[in-house]
Amino acid sequence: MATVNIDRSIDARGMPCPGPLMSLIGAIREGEVGNVIEVLSSDEGSKTDIPAWVAKAGHELVEVVPEDGYTRFVVKKVR
Amino acid sequence: MRQVPAKVVVLGGGVGGTLVANLLAKALGREGRVTVVDPTGMHHYQPGYLYVALGQANGRWLVRDERTLLRREVDLAVERATKIEPDAGLVHLERGGKLEYDYLVLATGARLVPDLVPGLREGSYEFYSLEGAQRLREALRRFRGGRLLVGIAGVPYKCPPAPVEFVFMVEEYLRRRGIRERSHITLLSPLNRAFTIESASKVIQPIMEQRGIELVTFFNVEEVDPSAGTVSSLEGEKLEYDLLVLVPPHRGQDVIVDSGLGDPAGWLPTDRYTLQVEGHDRIFAIGDATNLPISKSGSTAHFEAPVVASRIASLVRGTAPNENYGGRVMCFLETGNRKATVLRFDYEHPPAPPQPNLIWHSAKWLFNRLYWETVPQGRLPEKMPMPIPTGRSES
Repeated sequence: MATVNIDRSIDARGMPCPGPLMSLIGAIREGEVGNVIEVLSSDEGSKTDIPAWVAKAGHELVEVVPEDGYTRFVVKKVR
Repeated sequence: MRQVPAKVVVLGGGVGGTLVANLLAKALGREGRVTVVDPTGMHHYQPGYLYVALGQANGRWLVRDERTLLRREVDLAVERATKIEPDAGLVHLERGGKLEYDYLVLATGARLVPDLVPGLREGSYEFYSLEGAQRLREALRRFRGGRLLVGIAGVPYKCPPAPVEFVFMVEEYLRRRGIRERSHITLLSPLNRAFTIESASKVIQPIMEQRGIELVTFFNVEEVDPSAGTVSSLEGEKLEYDLLVLVPPHRGQDVIVDSGLGDPAGWLPTDRYTLQVEGHDRIFAIGDATNLPISKSGSTAHFEAPVVASRIASLVRGTAPNENYGGRVMCFLETGNRKATVLRFDYEHPPAPPQPNLIWHSAKWLFNRLYWETVPQGRLPEKMPMPIPTGRSES
């Protein structure tokens, strides 16, 4: 399990695409460099969309954890 | 039969507010008194802005006096509502008046907030207001070729297909003017595809490729620099433009925020089936004002209005409301060259858009022409036949 401290957690379970990704983008926009953001998403599309966006935007995908009925994404804002 | 007519106040005279007021006045008769409050008293057919920007329609066709669209027995107050007191059942008006309500419908729509993005107001054009569309029309007339960038400066925004429609239609426009060869058209998408809905993107993207329209994905607009002629993204890209068209960020109305009813962006937390504002049994929300995860579009409001009207009519009569909103939306999507496709979906069924064809283009034009005489009055069948998508593409 993660040992990183989570600065902000977004529960986007039940939200259809592109809600979870847009919530993450909003949190990155508002956050400080170094912040760690957790997103919980039950949308299948998030599994490809979120890692792809994090890579393009140059942030760090700390971990992707499959949970019961949803996925937990942990992202660090690095710039 | 009620001794005292129920007081229903509708804030907003757009498609949702007008339709719900007309349906309720008809359903309630003497059992209700319906008042619409609208700050301008003018009703805009907003899908038409796109045609104004491209020089295919003039602004006069798109605006009518709200009074002419309402049933005679509906009252119209041309005023801005400034505050709602849910516990007292009161709406405060800008000129100091107050309206009492038994039931309130919030059809207040969305407002454009260009100043949320630095440089956007000075450096870009838009077709999300009549004035904006008219300015863009002039800018396009002056355009002699170059880099034309079209993007979205905030999610959610009204009429999700509109930026895609615009790139297809402007491509045709530039060809007709003989300057297509000298122009490079780019769509900047905040997502990793051209459109929010994946099945629609699968239809749209091959056509964009055929037509030589570039797609830049994951471009969430951060800043415009008008003097350098550049637009930057949150993802760290900076692109040069000669003409920039951006959908401005949207927010809910001030009256929603000032009354403590909205989320931080001013959208109303709304029950997806009953359309009641959460925590307020006597307040309903429709159209762009809600926080529902579906398109902000006239079509959504059109399908929601009969549900709200039916539920309020039942409550007035003391019977159990039994109509629910299933998330139904139907949007045309123009692809230029006299072709269009259609997106029909609800909460449970994603759209399966057909390949664009002349039939759907003609259907959109027919709808544009018939709008004023049908939609606001509820003359289109309330249960418009809309086959549920089968997952197969039709042609």
